[in-house]
Amino acid sequence: MPKFPLAAIIDQIVKWLVENFGVVLDAFSESCGEIIKGFEKYLNIVPWWLLILFFAVLAWKAGGWKLTVGTVLGLFFIYNLKLWPAFLSTLVLVLLSALVSIVIGIPLGIIAGRSDRFHWFITPILDFMQTMPSFVYLIPALLLFGIGKVPAVFATVIFAMPPVIRLTDLGIRQVPVDLVEVGTAFGSTPWQLLWKIQLPVALPTLMAGINQTMMLSLSMVVIASMIGAGGLGAGVLEAIGQLKIGMGFEYGVAVVIMAIILDRLSQGIGRSLRTEDRK
Amino acid sequence: MGNKIVVTNLIKIFGAHPQKALTLLQEGKSKSEILKETGLTVGINNISFTVQEGEIFVIMGLSGSGKSTILRCLNRLIEPSAGEILVDGQDIIKLKNKELRKFRQEKTAMVFQQFALLPHRTVLDNTVYGLEVQGVGKKEREEKAYKILEMVGLKGWEKKYPSQLSGGMKQRVGLARALTNDADILLMDEAFSALDPLIREEMQDELLSLQQKMNKTIVFITHDLNEALKLGDRIAFLRDGALVQIGTPEEITNNPADDYVAKFVRGVDRSKILTAGDVMKKPQPLITLRDGPSVALRIMKEHGISSVFVVDRERHLKGIITADMAVEARNAGIQSLADMKLEEGPIVSEDTPLFNTLSIMAESKMPMAVINAEEKLTGIIVRGSILAALAAGSTNSGSAVQGGENNA
Repeated sequence: MPKFPLAAIIDQIVKWLVENFGVVLDAFSESCGEIIKGFEKYLNIVPWWLLILFFAVLAWKAGGWKLTVGTVLGLFFIYNLKLWPAFLSTLVLVLLSALVSIVIGIPLGIIAGRSDRFHWFITPILDFMQTMPSFVYLIPALLLFGIGKVPAVFATVIFAMPPVIRLTDLGIRQVPVDLVEVGTAFGSTPWQLLWKIQLPVALPTLMAGINQTMMLSLSMVVIASMIGAGGLGAGVLEAIGQLKIGMGFEYGVAVVIMAIILDRLSQGIGRSLRTEDRK
Repeated sequence: MGNKIVVTNLIKIFGAHPQKALTLLQEGKSKSEILKETGLTVGINNISFTVQEGEIFVIMGLSGSGKSTILRCLNRLIEPSAGEILVDGQDIIKLKNKELRKFRQEKTAMVFQQFALLPHRTVLDNTVYGLEVQGVGKKEREEKAYKILEMVGLKGWEKKYPSQLSGGMKQRVGLARALTNDADILLMDEAFSALDPLIREEMQDELLSLQQKMNKTIVFITHDLNEALKLGDRIAFLRDGALVQIGTPEEITNNPADDYVAKFVRGVDRSKILTAGDVMKKPQPLITLRDGPSVALRIMKEHGISSVFVVDRERHLKGIITADMAVEARNAGIQSLADMKLEEGPIVSEDTPLFNTLSIMAESKMPMAVINAEEKLTGIIVRGSILAALAAGSTNSGSAVQGGENNA
């Protein structure tokens, strides 16, 4: 029995894309790359203590004094390890990827939540996106956008988007039937129903999706250092290549600290939105 | 009072391709046969009824009888499969999206069994919801909501969230939300069923007193017969998606259309449904103020009674004269009853529940006078007539009489 030429087909498609849209893609990649670098540059100008203060205020709002102390200590430790520029670079990539995922993911999730057909259509695609080994995305990203931060963001968005779509979808579907009936019975337009009832009631689930997406972004951005994403991931990669156990550990710890802070902050913001609702 | 809602041959089939079931229904197949043949459920089977303007129309039935489905057809939360629903003469089944929204905004407001308050909104913001989607300005809608909230007894709770309220208060918000909308028709879906009995009674009384002020057309769904009898001007009995009987509470309890209704009605406390007007006897004999004590004595003797009611020419009740009083007056030489002091017996109005007359009756030796709205004497109640009325119920419902107002 002949082998099904799956690899050849995919190669052909990517080749076709590169040949036909190469110029456009390169231009896109270059301009986006400039924007990302710009962000990084400005963040580097901001004094480190001011940025820590900013995070401290955010932590205070989101979770109280314990989270504030933890955040300040953690960030200070990263600064102390002299990993600050790498941290900033990773932070920009994570936030940007998460933002793109959310901006695309939430509308898709809303459509999936309100249309059974779209839900049925998108679910297997999401399964595919989430279970495909993340390294695999790096290759087409590399071919389409070259080496650098833009393909990193591209691969990260694909990998990190499913949870926010799924949980927005779930959140909308979980809005109690009688609340939707209230909207309809009082003569709301579909848009009013969405904004005044479905989204506010689904908000906690939606925030859980945003949190998940943020976490997946971080893990993928670290992996994307293999195609030139830079940041903390690059340090880990270098340590692996040169078998520097201590250095690898330092970078690893910085990633962990960053993950915990981002997780607690986004959860805390979600929770504060919820408690304000029901006080 | 005109017809507010006219429902004609309403049918709802649940499932895909209802046309098959509709044809089978026309061929006279039963609900279970259709389910077997097509897998489709007949939710509502050819129902027609009319709701008058300003009345409380109760749709009564057990769970699965289709009562909530009917209610949701009235504002098309559920699309009817066939039939016609006229509201103020307008066929609402033909309405397109935009017209339908306008209809829902202006004509109907709904109260839900589980309250269905929006958890992220305060009491005030929940109450204004209907006006908000209509685009009424913030100041205007909130002013209105404050007024209605005060009316339902929630003054001072405007800024609280639903999770801070008890069940009864939550439903007050639900009611306020519906009333603020200023719609003519209130659709109430088992609105008080989730409340505990004491609160439920309180809310029922509240609804009745609000209804006196507002005079809405109310379609009220319930599975509780006592609630139906208490609230309903008329009651529609539903079983398996079909209408069994429509009638006033008296008609339903006195003449249940079949065993199904009779079974329900049997457990009912008749003293709470029957009114003084239902059990009173014709006020005979009567004497007027111009008559003298001797006339009174002669009439009492003729009828074998020991007292008689005295009225003026317009039949306004003036009092009672007993045999002893008449003898005394005759001996004192009084010519006209207008010149003497008459005894005052207990007086009730025609719509007083029989239940409330029991204690009055127990304390008084005199027969009870029943007067109408113009304060004219329309009947009298003696102990025997109350006992007879209460006893009649227990024998009546035992052997249900076929008849009454049947599937109007």
